Amino acid sequence: MIPLSSADTDTTEEVVVDEGRQALLDAIRGELGEAVVADHLVPGQDLWVRVASDAWGTTAEYLRERQRFRFFSWSSVIDWKPSPWGRSQTASVDDAPDSPLAEVPEMQHGVTGGDTRFQVIGRVHNLGTQLGVTLKADVPDDTMTVDSWVSTYAGADWHEREAWEMFGVNYAGHPGLRNLYLPGDFEGNPMRKDFPLLSRLVKPWPGIVDVEPMPENETGGDA
Amino acid sequence: MTAISDRRQMAYIANQAADARVNLELEAEGMTLNIGPQHPATHGTLRIVVRLDGEQVIEADPVMGYMHRGYEKLAEVRTYPQVTTLVNRIDWLGSFANEVPFILACERLMEVEAPPRAQWIRTIFHELGRIANVTLFLGDLGVQLGAITPVFLAFRDREYILNQIEAATGGRFHPNFDRIGGLKDDLPAGWIAETKVALDKIREFCNTLEDLLMGNEIFQSRTRGVGVIPADVGLAYGLTGANIRASGVDWDLRRDNPVGLPYDQVDWKVWTHPDGDSFARCWLRMQEVRESCNIVEQLLDTIPGGPIMAKVPRVIKVPEGEAYVATENPLGMMSYYVVSQGGLEPFRVKIRSASFSNMSIAPWLLKGVYMPDVITILASLYFILGDIDR
Amino acid sequence: MSALLSVELAYWQSTPIRLIFALVAVLLPAGGAVYLYLFKMMSFMQSRLGPMEAGPYGSMQLLAEVGKWMQKEDIFPRKADKIVFALAPYVVLLSTFLLVLVVPFGPDAYFVDLDVGVFFALAVSSVSVIGILMAGWASANKYSLLGGLRAAGQLIAYELPMVLAVVGVVIQAGTLSMQGIVRAQAEGEIFGFGGLGNPYIITQFVGFAIFMIAVQAELSMTPFDMPIAESELVTGYLTEYSGMRFLLFFIGEFATANIFAFFASVLFLGGWTVPPFITDIFGIEYDDAIFNVLGPIVMLTKMLLVTFLVYWARFSYPRFREDQLQRFAWKILIPISLVNIFVTGVLKVVF
Repeated sequence: MIPLSSADTDTTEEVVVDEGRQALLDAIRGELGEAVVADHLVPGQDLWVRVASDAWGTTAEYLRERQRFRFFSWSSVIDWKPSPWGRSQTASVDDAPDSPLAEVPEMQHGVTGGDTRFQVIGRVHNLGTQLGVTLKADVPDDTMTVDSWVSTYAGADWHEREAWEMFGVNYAGHPGLRNLYLPGDFEGNPMRKDFPLLSRLVKPWPGIVDVEPMPENETGGDA
Repeated sequence: MTAISDRRQMAYIANQAADARVNLELEAEGMTLNIGPQHPATHGTLRIVVRLDGEQVIEADPVMGYMHRGYEKLAEVRTYPQVTTLVNRIDWLGSFANEVPFILACERLMEVEAPPRAQWIRTIFHELGRIANVTLFLGDLGVQLGAITPVFLAFRDREYILNQIEAATGGRFHPNFDRIGGLKDDLPAGWIAETKVALDKIREFCNTLEDLLMGNEIFQSRTRGVGVIPADVGLAYGLTGANIRASGVDWDLRRDNPVGLPYDQVDWKVWTHPDGDSFARCWLRMQEVRESCNIVEQLLDTIPGGPIMAKVPRVIKVPEGEAYVATENPLGMMSYYVVSQGGLEPFRVKIRSASFSNMSIAPWLLKGVYMPDVITILASLYFILGDIDR
Repeated sequence: MSALLSVELAYWQSTPIRLIFALVAVLLPAGGAVYLYLFKMMSFMQSRLGPMEAGPYGSMQLLAEVGKWMQKEDIFPRKADKIVFALAPYVVLLSTFLLVLVVPFGPDAYFVDLDVGVFFALAVSSVSVIGILMAGWASANKYSLLGGLRAAGQLIAYELPMVLAVVGVVIQAGTLSMQGIVRAQAEGEIFGFGGLGNPYIITQFVGFAIFMIAVQAELSMTPFDMPIAESELVTGYLTEYSGMRFLLFFIGEFATANIFAFFASVLFLGGWTVPPFITDIFGIEYDDAIFNVLGPIVMLTKMLLVTFLVYWARFSYPRFREDQLQRFAWKILIPISLVNIFVTGVLKVVF
């Protein structure tokens, strides 16, 4: 939590050690051992834990049953592949909107790293300690399957259905992977980065050219 | 990849079969009733397929997506300041509150903090959004249960709040007022006094409604003991906001995790109710409107001076990283998971909207209730279609 | 009625006249009450103005609405049972017109004076159930079907408390004739004081309360509007109706409300008479011809008072649930009305 005292103190440097989150991380590491692939802790803000793909289900079970993480916040998928359609706002890659780019930038994983194109991501919360943890796991590129959380957190049902239709990630043990938002005959997984945003192809975004010209000095400040 | 397309084919067939079942006129065991997508009770385009035995629901299956706008995808091709315009439309009744967690997440990534005056004004608008939103809920509740008068009173009194929002931001519904590092504008002259008058109108409305609706025996007999959610089930389904506090869970993000919003500077109370039924949820929301009035009043009195924008670059480039910020919005917990790769636009924005999780309990909750209670339960869960479909 | 016109008319001559009077007796109060209460009172309760443009103060709004409905397309759902679907609104309206026949508006201003007028009225008021069931079934719509079935269950359940509430009045008046009941109230005395007559609302206030609740349910107005239940069943059995047929249902609903209010004023408020101390002041008798003119005005005033109660409840309350409604009828209203009959009977014998 960011202290709100006054603007002149530098807030990000105050908290150095986050005991609660560190203890939680140690407990998770102690219980899951090898399954914890990477972690990332920002003191006073958040905790990320990346687990092995096959430990996705058991991690949730452990957190709910042993660590009293009773509240299921959400779960989703991240597609780490940069969009082959360019990054729309940057003029150089926006020139060819009707066909995918010839060379796609390197895949660049966020905090806690990663090896595969897709990562499942989920967040659970402990009401007693008021600590939340963001869990990540790689989705194997060949099977595209991870364990479902539905048996642990009933609320994961709809979130996993959404992720299934939007990214094409399969959840083993989910009671009914039906389309949630998309019509029944929809083809493709719209949230994947290589799924074109059709409105942009039909009418390319003018980008930032139609607003006032940018000043040379980027750090001008608007206060 | 063939495996996936095969599976999709199978899913497609299964879906068609499900549609065929839905469209069957009468089944051997009970009748299938298709509530929505155009139905007076769903205030939006929610469709619920219920199987009825007489008037008792055997099975209910919400079908969404009639209003899915793909904000997560759209956010990936917009600059950070542009995203606020989109997310305004998620929960359209309390729209300023949608902007706040996104802006806070961006600020966290950029390591910028808004000046105190901006934080105060943000909190005020966050709460005004809650008041405007829940006031309409309280009126709408009457319509759902057959009393037509409260909704007109709600529309009338909500207008005072919307006028205040409009006076300061220029937009009644979609202020689009929040900026990374602060706010677009300062408050206009005389706004604080006028807002206090508006708050009195809302308090008066709450009292009227308590007499007219909440205290009514018919209303109580319709809502008490209907749609009881045990705390543990609610948490597993991800219920938040008044829905989970009505089940006795004392958890409010405003108090427990006030990220960048000065809720710890005011004296207020988190209401809970032990029952977990529809009445508890409705009653709780009313108390929260009153509490919000108190919060806003105190914030108006203590609002500090100073600038309303921190030093931010003219062209906003968010450094690489991931941030997650959740706030207590009118409908419950709303959070954004923003992944930045250092560009002008977010790499991925996961929007966790409250109604989506709140409604996911519906199939569990609607099993075995009577047809009129379906409406009561849906009304008391309080969803906004834009918040479900995003 | 022929006595009212002071001429002897043949059957074929008097029938059109009666028809016109019946139309006036049904439509005029219905239009008035709809404008006064549905448009204006509801608007004021909800802090708005209501219709203001059509005519002075919006008074022609109803005519405009009727014109709108008549222009609209008469839609038949494809799977509907066309004949039944088309007939249903007329059956509902038939019940309304049959009801108005036995209402007395003056010493000679009545359509028929049956010896069993009360019995007839209660009997024909149930005819509308058939129309509603027909509408619900023939629409080939699940909402309509649910609404129709709910309406049938509800109307049958509330028929009983209504009859039992009236029985108290009948015992006290000693007659089933509407005119007889009016006379009995005008000529009655309360503990030897005859200045007010004996409007049965004083002695039969329990009966009056039950009667009004049952009327509210019979009219399926909030809090008993489950058959229409807008937020659950769209509009129940009315869902598939449009244009003229919807208008007929609309007239049926609001005209019946007025006619039940006429009944309430006949049974409990003294009908077309005014309290005897007023007639004493002006030196007129109940049999004077002046009451053929005064009577309808008095009835209209009393009717508006009673309908005010009906609409007041309609705009204020949320609706019951189906099972609560049945429980309310069978476990609360019927026992109370039975006790009321018993007490009335005992007191009748004692005094």
